[in-house]
Amino acid sequence: MDAPAFRLPGFGLRHLLGIEGVSPADLVALLDRADEMVDVSKRTDKSRATLAGRTLINLFYENSTRTSSSFEIAGKRLGMDVINMAVATSSVKKGETLLDTAATLNAMNPDLLVMRHSAAGAAALLAQKVGCAVINAGDGAHEHPTQALLDALTIRRHKGSIEGLVVAICGDIAHSRVARSNIHLLNALGAQVRVIGPSTLCPSSIADLGVTVFRSMEDGLPGCDVVMMLRLQTERMAGAFIPSAREFYRYFGLTEKRVKLAKKNAIVMHPGPMNRGVEIASTIADGVQSVIVEQVEMGVAVRMAVMEMLAQAREGDAQ
Amino acid sequence: MKQSPPRRRLFINARIMDPETGLDIHGDVLAEKGKITAIGKGLSRDEFADGKGIVDCQGAVLAPGLVDARVFIGEPGGEHRETIKTAGRAAAAGGVTTMVMMPDTDPVIDDVSLVDFVRATASAKSPVRILPAAALSKGQNGEMMTEMGLLKDAGAVAFTDGRKTIANSQMMRRALTYSADIGALVMASHRDPHLGSGVMNAGINATRMGLSGIPREAEIIPLERDMRLVAMTGAKYHASCLSTAESVEVLARAKDAGRDVTGGVAVANLCLSELDIGPYRTFFKVSPPLRSVDDRLAMVEGIRSGALDMIVSNHDPQDVDTKRLPFSEAADGAVGLESLLAAALRLHHSDDIPLMRVLKCLSLAPARRLGRKCGRITKGARADFVIFDPDAPWKLDDTKLRSRSRNTPFQDALLQGRVLKTVVAGRTVFSQED
Repeated sequence: MDAPAFRLPGFGLRHLLGIEGVSPADLVALLDRADEMVDVSKRTDKSRATLAGRTLINLFYENSTRTSSSFEIAGKRLGMDVINMAVATSSVKKGETLLDTAATLNAMNPDLLVMRHSAAGAAALLAQKVGCAVINAGDGAHEHPTQALLDALTIRRHKGSIEGLVVAICGDIAHSRVARSNIHLLNALGAQVRVIGPSTLCPSSIADLGVTVFRSMEDGLPGCDVVMMLRLQTERMAGAFIPSAREFYRYFGLTEKRVKLAKKNAIVMHPGPMNRGVEIASTIADGVQSVIVEQVEMGVAVRMAVMEMLAQAREGDAQ
Repeated sequence: MKQSPPRRRLFINARIMDPETGLDIHGDVLAEKGKITAIGKGLSRDEFADGKGIVDCQGAVLAPGLVDARVFIGEPGGEHRETIKTAGRAAAAGGVTTMVMMPDTDPVIDDVSLVDFVRATASAKSPVRILPAAALSKGQNGEMMTEMGLLKDAGAVAFTDGRKTIANSQMMRRALTYSADIGALVMASHRDPHLGSGVMNAGINATRMGLSGIPREAEIIPLERDMRLVAMTGAKYHASCLSTAESVEVLARAKDAGRDVTGGVAVANLCLSELDIGPYRTFFKVSPPLRSVDDRLAMVEGIRSGALDMIVSNHDPQDVDTKRLPFSEAADGAVGLESLLAAALRLHHSDDIPLMRVLKCLSLAPARRLGRKCGRITKGARADFVIFDPDAPWKLDDTKLRSRSRNTPFQDALLQGRVLKTVVAGRTVFSQED
């Protein structure tokens, strides 16, 4: 990447392509800024026009209502002009490659590009070809950094600090970018991370990322401060990686009985959209321990913080 | 480019290295009518009035021209990636004087007329020798065998489904049985189409990068199956490109049991590992995939010990439209003809493998396996040489490649060992400028 050999002390990121490799200091700085943004979002006048006149382009190659609208709202609250590229109906459908699209968008001089793509490494590829800051909104099974940041912010606001917490990430680890980003972030901030899932969805080499692997909820949940459920892509998984959604729920679904295995004050998280009755029981999703709706709220704050800090860091470089 | 060979040329002041006899002397080589007629010190210069016809090698190594047993060319059907002409020029620049062209073209080389086409085009346009391999199954579909006898008579030197592994064991058994009857060589690739459906070596790096993995077993399982089928049928079998430590052991066991099997390795799997992929660099996406450092070292040891027989370029030109994509969507393959010798010489410079052994794996071993009279510096052999300085340092500039595609994993790499001249049938087909 185009990292300068010498960097002034301060915020070190010029793109947000993943959590892996980001310093704990930068992560904490992002979370602190996001905390301020939460208050902005709670006001009646939610505008904080620090990035007025800048252009944000949202480029979503995979459908996502929740993440793309979260980025859009975040951009607008910072005063930016936001353009949502409807990729499904654009020239991309006509066979234009990612890099050609990148060159075209770059020529329009955006200040921030947010991209979601089904291929791992796609955001890194884009970042090499454009002049503005790139935010990875999910690339294949690689990373989804803003999701991990919003999860961390939610945890921090409930538990005060992340250091020393025991966090279980449950379900389809193998195909999850959310899991990878969370593993890197929680490890960087000193949590103990466990992953729980069947071996077909939880490859043994995942342990090398610094987690403890469990094959059953009964073994993995005791002592947990945070229980993080992942979405199971039932249409892709059933039959190939697990026998059925029904069997998965029987052994790995988060039920009332299983939640009680974790610490009494444990919080329950889910990146959404949920499959009720597949990975999580409705009573848990809507229960007192659930912070799932709050995660969405934190999402806007985190994305505002990421955009503002990336834009300011680049302005600092230019001066 | 069929031209009658020069009547006589004398190559003087060379370090002559012949992997067949082990000869390693300082001397001269005389080529007459495309064949070597004399080798020795101080051969007579009397018949070369005013020095015409004398080539001074200035102490550089004169070795058999390289024989590359696995080269993919785009023609016919993918001429934008590579033509027979551009591949021939790239080969000449890399010191390769004979190459086996894989039948993975469009249409697939599975018919006598297509073998004729390749031979005729090569003869007219390529400065080096191109030997066509024909498909083992029609259309490389893995279902019906090709007309192996007719294809062999037309000039196909081996039978292979190229990049593909035949999944149907019954089909493979019958093809091996039939090939054994006619004494044909079968060259096979090993990547189970389902188990090997990932995009890079399975393990921590694939997990970390969020890419689907290709487990080693995807290679070992079809290789072990084929070793059993070879035992059953007595076929003459070559494993084209192996990549895992255990594959070397499987092959070695079959050799110990007396089977007629040989094995090759792509130079990329000897020089590079999965760590070189770095930030999703697609020029390092090859098949077989770059494996772990331990696997790489096992391949090097296989070449040193003789468990593996030959080194191939696995030259596979790909265009921008198949490579400038996210890693999981990009095509496999790397060009390699022009960097084959220099990359293989890394093993010599690292003191892992003696120079003579490297040269043998690049010339004599494949020539023997293909039953060709090249790959040697002996009286009566073909006057196909590579003259190279084994120590000359250079930096690979991808914009200067003769190949029509530039997908090299050695872009800007510092290499040691440079081809100075390439000679086919006594005629110089490449000469390094500068």
